[in-house]
Amino acid sequence: MARAIVNVPARAKRGEIVEVKTLAQHPMETGFRRTQTGELIPRDIIRRFTCTYNGTEVYRVDLHPAMSANPLIAFSTIATETGTLAFQWAGDNGYSVTETASIRVE
Amino acid sequence: MTTRREFLVLAATSLALSEAARAQLDPNLAANRKAAFQEALRRIVGDTQVRRGRVKLQLPPLIDNGNSVPLSVAVESPMTEADHVRAIHVLTEKNPLPDVASVRLGPRAGRATLSTRVRLADTQSVTAIAQMSDGSFWSDSAEVVVTLSACLEEGLI
Amino acid sequence: MSLRTALLFAASLLCAGAGAGEIPPSERLSGYDLMSRETRAMQDDDATNPGMLWVLDGEALWNRKAGAVGRACAACHGDARTSMKGVAARYPAFDAALRRPVNLEERIKLCRSERQKAPPLAFESRDLLALTAYVARQSRGLPIAIVIDERTLPFLDAGREAFHRRQGQLNLACSQCHDDNWGRRLAGSLIPQAHPTGYPLYRLEWQGLGSLERRLRNCLIGIRAEPYAFGAPEFVDLELYLMWRANGMKIETPAVRP
Repeated sequence: MARAIVNVPARAKRGEIVEVKTLAQHPMETGFRRTQTGELIPRDIIRRFTCTYNGTEVYRVDLHPAMSANPLIAFSTIATETGTLAFQWAGDNGYSVTETASIRVE
Repeated sequence: MTTRREFLVLAATSLALSEAARAQLDPNLAANRKAAFQEALRRIVGDTQVRRGRVKLQLPPLIDNGNSVPLSVAVESPMTEADHVRAIHVLTEKNPLPDVASVRLGPRAGRATLSTRVRLADTQSVTAIAQMSDGSFWSDSAEVVVTLSACLEEGLI
Repeated sequence: MSLRTALLFAASLLCAGAGAGEIPPSERLSGYDLMSRETRAMQDDDATNPGMLWVLDGEALWNRKAGAVGRACAACHGDARTSMKGVAARYPAFDAALRRPVNLEERIKLCRSERQKAPPLAFESRDLLALTAYVARQSRGLPIAIVIDERTLPFLDAGREAFHRRQGQLNLACSQCHDDNWGRRLAGSLIPQAHPTGYPLYRLEWQGLGSLERRLRNCLIGIRAEPYAFGAPEFVDLELYLMWRANGMKIETPAVRP
């Protein structure tokens, strides 16, 4: 099942700054909503997003309940070399999703 | 159709609300949230003074729905080893919790930016703080008018 | 078609076109045109449109073997990009066996249980939403093309009557907001013309993808009327009318709406 969509340009020039867009499917339950009978629905969110480029961390986000459901995280990174960008989302209740994208740097 | 029994159960349950839920009915809500914001700010910057500038926080002034407000932060910085942005923090003043997101980055980012979508519980001011490699802190704030709020309105349907 | 039926049919079409308070074709606006620039941007970019998460799920389901027959949708329908092009634009469509129109969700459910011999997909379930979104996505950019003939006319009339009927504790008819007061505000929200051009869509209020029926239930609850159950024939009549009323407008699935 598509748990995340990542958008990375397939190729770039060495040193070029590229835009990365990521979208993860997750309700990001805040822990503030209540059921019809008044019980609090427990918090269930993504806590951390990490992007590594050929193994080196280049961007990391700590998320809190104020991040919308199905969180979009868009950022930039320098196209340093050909390789793989790996994306990891980790959160409550053992949530863990990884996605990768290749980039060809000339 | 709610039966009388169901109604009594509902009434009893609401009286027996958990502390967390009762906290949302607190008459000192605004003051408490503001204090929480100050506390979160202090946790991030310590005693260092936060300067206005170099950070550009963009939010639409009037939004369709508080559940999903597009937010973008951009920090002026050469992003070199010697001079770069180490972290970007986003905080709110009136949400149940002040923290929204904290970004860790470095020269590899090329540009110090974050684009995302956040939840806003009320018309309020949102603040973005950038932590520089030289230990200084810079910030920007933006005001947003929220008519349909997140967190506090039930999405029952 | 007999002469009498043809005359009745023609008369009905004339009445339909010149309905009091109905929006003239030149003034038709999608909910898209009435939302903020930022929400429009969210819909326009597939990389930031959360509805695409469901579309991708739907693509996976389309290609997955299912049911006692062990066949995927793709086994009969091939590549959805060609076979499903234009389909969503003409639904709800008449089903000869049931002798009434069915919407796209029902058509998929029918295929699932009757052809794939698979356990039924529940209305508003993640799988049904994903498949519907994937199929409807293939009609993106195409104009809505509901064809009314003698078989579907009575259901169109029922839908039109429901749209103009006052109901609920607030005693409001759909037409009072969506024909007579679109563009104005109701408690801070802009009233759209109610053209279902982008369903299933990602509604910010839901923080998820939902069907047209879910939205209609929201409306009925909003005017304090008893909402029909998912799949009720009254809903399909209304959907038929709404889609016909939006004929010519482009499909936007998966749309994003506040």
